[in-house]
Amino acid sequence: MDFFNAIALITNFILLPGLTYGSQLALGALGVTLIYAVLRFSNFAHGEIMSFGAMVCILFTWLGQSYGVSFGFLPTALLFVPVAMIFTILYCMLIEKFVFSYYRKKKSNPIIFLIASIGVMFFTAGLIRFIIGPSDQSFNDGVRFIFTVREFKTLTGLNEGFGLKTSQAITILTTIILCSLLFFFLNSTRTGKSMRAFSDNEDLALLSGIDPNKVVLLTWIIAGGLATFAGVLYGLDKIYKPFIFLQMLLPIFSAAIVGGVGNPLGAFIGGYIIALSELFVTFAYKKVLGYLLPENLEPTTMMQFLSTDYKFAVSFIILVIVLIIKPTGIFSGKTI
Amino acid sequence: MFLHAKNMVGGYGETTILNNCSINVKQGEIAVIVGPNGAGKSTAMKAIFGMLDLRQGNVFFDGEDITYLSPQDRVKKGMGFVPQTNNVFTSMTVLENLEIGGFTNLDKIKSNIKEIFNLFPILEEKQKQIVGELSGGQRQQVAVGRALMTNPKLLMLDEPTAGVSPIVVKELFEKIINIAKAGIAILMVEQNAKQALEISDNGFVLVQGENKFTDKGMTLLENREVRKAFLGG
Amino acid sequence: MTNIHRRAFIFFSFFIAIIFIGFFQSWNVALGIFNLCIISAIMALGVNIQLGYAGIFNAGVMGFAALGGLAAVIISYPPVPETIELGGSGVFLSLVILFVGTATVTFIYKSSLSSSIKKLTVPLTILMLLILFNLVGSPAIERIEAFEPAASGFLGGFGLPIILSWFVGGILAGIVAFLIGKLTLGLRSDYLAIATLGIAEVIIYFLKNEDWLTRGVKNVNGLPRPVPYEVDLQGNAWFIEFCDKYNFPLVETSSIVVKISYCLLFSGILITIFILSEIALKSPWGRMMRAIRDNEISARAMGKNVKARHLEIFIIGSAIVGLAGAMLTTLEGQFTPTTYQPLRFTFTVWVMVIIGGTGNNYGSLIGGFLVWFLWVEAEPLGLYLVELFTSPLSDTNPLRIQLITNAAHMRYIMMGLLLLLVLRFAPKGIFPEGR
Repeated sequence: MDFFNAIALITNFILLPGLTYGSQLALGALGVTLIYAVLRFSNFAHGEIMSFGAMVCILFTWLGQSYGVSFGFLPTALLFVPVAMIFTILYCMLIEKFVFSYYRKKKSNPIIFLIASIGVMFFTAGLIRFIIGPSDQSFNDGVRFIFTVREFKTLTGLNEGFGLKTSQAITILTTIILCSLLFFFLNSTRTGKSMRAFSDNEDLALLSGIDPNKVVLLTWIIAGGLATFAGVLYGLDKIYKPFIFLQMLLPIFSAAIVGGVGNPLGAFIGGYIIALSELFVTFAYKKVLGYLLPENLEPTTMMQFLSTDYKFAVSFIILVIVLIIKPTGIFSGKTI
Repeated sequence: MFLHAKNMVGGYGETTILNNCSINVKQGEIAVIVGPNGAGKSTAMKAIFGMLDLRQGNVFFDGEDITYLSPQDRVKKGMGFVPQTNNVFTSMTVLENLEIGGFTNLDKIKSNIKEIFNLFPILEEKQKQIVGELSGGQRQQVAVGRALMTNPKLLMLDEPTAGVSPIVVKELFEKIINIAKAGIAILMVEQNAKQALEISDNGFVLVQGENKFTDKGMTLLENREVRKAFLGG
Repeated sequence: MTNIHRRAFIFFSFFIAIIFIGFFQSWNVALGIFNLCIISAIMALGVNIQLGYAGIFNAGVMGFAALGGLAAVIISYPPVPETIELGGSGVFLSLVILFVGTATVTFIYKSSLSSSIKKLTVPLTILMLLILFNLVGSPAIERIEAFEPAASGFLGGFGLPIILSWFVGGILAGIVAFLIGKLTLGLRSDYLAIATLGIAEVIIYFLKNEDWLTRGVKNVNGLPRPVPYEVDLQGNAWFIEFCDKYNFPLVETSSIVVKISYCLLFSGILITIFILSEIALKSPWGRMMRAIRDNEISARAMGKNVKARHLEIFIIGSAIVGLAGAMLTTLEGQFTPTTYQPLRFTFTVWVMVIIGGTGNNYGSLIGGFLVWFLWVEAEPLGLYLVELFTSPLSDTNPLRIQLITNAAHMRYIMMGLLLLLVLRFAPKGIFPEGR
């Protein structure tokens, strides 16, 4: 029994939140890694693009709610994700057209792209704060739990339990579906293969008749779409805060780099590695060990490796270790 | 004349590398460009393929002036090019490499892949393998295979045997002869001048961007001056 | 000569703008802006040394500025005897453990032991170190933080003159830069940017959460000043007489005098750093740095130790930013960790350097001045624009109210546009390098 109590605790405080947060990071990191793979620069504006997508979704949700639209026990915002995606993708295309395409044609140094992406980041951050304001927005109007900790406890008779939030289930499921679609697209369709070929060897792709403009456009479409989902799901699960997305750049980039930047599978796995390590390292194991250890060995301290306040430090430390030991990441991304 | 590159002058920036250089290839024949290091062999190849802007001269292909076409358009006209380096998609499988080569001509992908597997049986065996994991010689076969997928009438190879072992060189040359037998004209730049001239119909000896000798491969091999200068006696 | 004229003209125009603000808004505002312009210019000079001289992308400017702020607190705040008695020895002991432990780990790591032994002993030592550190430190920290948390709850500082903290801030930032540089400087430029962005976040989180040191989000208020207080001036007989004589309003004049004193102090530092930077740029050392930046491979082939040179420049640049950070906290008179935002600190300073002209110290100077000026004036300007465009709407229109409340955020939009436009149409900035 004690064993199951411990498992329930870990599921509730590490596994479920970790998989949820990991999914959000994975969706963000996929966008970063795809842009890196095709356009060959680190896009510092990606966090703000996620925020932009979430913002558009919130605005439409409010509009919908004012007309009495609702999605049953699911959050209304899910209905408006497609609309938000369209707006975000259009925004990405405008950025590509007015900012990045110029440097792409000039074949500028990746650092110039990076600085330009910081300009875009500033602009987008301002635009978002201008439109929706700098304060937090809660927009999850669905049923909060699929089952609560209490329901779980009465059902199983355990002392401890775990609850499944609707937003957690939605996040994890959506991510699995989106990533399966993406990997199917990249590995099995002609357009997807063209994209991979372009990322692998641009000159040779041109000689094989692959249209670079089409590939770049497609990359923005995918990255913008995934960013919208990442932003909305993060907002549904926690709360929408305009300034949090700049802070999320670090775990997102860490996820992409740990997995091997430019490698989509790596970004996907990297998201979960970062999220789960953050939670594993900052979780207080006192209660868990209390169940697992014999009574006289019960710990008196919190048994926490690192205070929760330092969860960002975890992704930083993982990032530095990977960059020093194996800069190409787990799945050997590009090193250029 | 099938390919007729006439009096080409060009180079990178201010420097002139090609100095009134002409290259001709007839249908179905093997032509080889040889010469000392820095003679502009690879540059001539790039100029013919449109990767270098010419200051003077013209390139005619299949009776058409293609001097101002982009490399991509030349591929569509029937020129295939295998660069010396970075000539494969290293992160993709053998089969995917071939498929991408065939994106210009979708309805012939299946039959083309079959033909290429006939030509290079090892590729069929390793079709699911990532190209980055293959040996140098196998990679070159993938590179040639990818170029063949575009259904070229002229296949251009930039030093196909660079960095592969002598046994593999021999094998590669045999494959090239087979390709030519199928009716595809071949133009290649080679370091292994002696072996290359042996299998070629026509040879061009370039020195400082100029045609020094142009003759049948065998004739060039017997030419004392050529032997002394480039073939080591 | 035209070049010098151009420079003079641009600086002159800037001062006209400040004087304009003085006449039309108030001299208090104008001087307030100008003081922050000076601090911005110092930060920009520091970043220019990294970005301009050596091409190092330090996205952790915010962290170093905050460390300067920490130095201001530690140096100037009077010590809190009660908490020192409660936990001072514990904290001191755990710091000793940390130093001894780090030295041991470094010693083992660098020793000639076989790598398999190292693989075992290094993590083991680190683990023991952490446990020991926690056992000694945690109770002491708990005791300190529990002491009058609403008013104190931290160790305080040394109660020394705050000007001293400017240099200590520089040194502290320099030490941290040495550690970070050792770890990250071998990385490619965009990875370095990401890693430094991360370390800055970590530093801010540290300052926000280690209440025993910084009071965390409870802030440290009332730091002593290096210049007189307004209230003292207003009570000073000579000053009252002075104001009466020239018919100046007493309260306003006192605050202007305070600001002018700051301005003089800050200008002294700015001029010193500027001159030193120019000397460094023109010295053989500066030439070598640019040579390394322009062609790292050939510089390495010529026997230059690129990594060591980069480390030098990373430390120097970060120390200057730390100094500016300490000056900023001094000016504000309080240390508030929550105000450190990457957009405000890191990326705005980048915009300053790039707009001014990467690699040109005059550029950083004018970049720091102009961008800070715009940053502040964007708010009234944004409000004006919003009111202009929404004027057809009624005063109670929710959209209009929403836009007017958010008008201050126009500054981010403006920074972004400015950076993008300069990068596109004048990538060398106002004062291109070498001219």
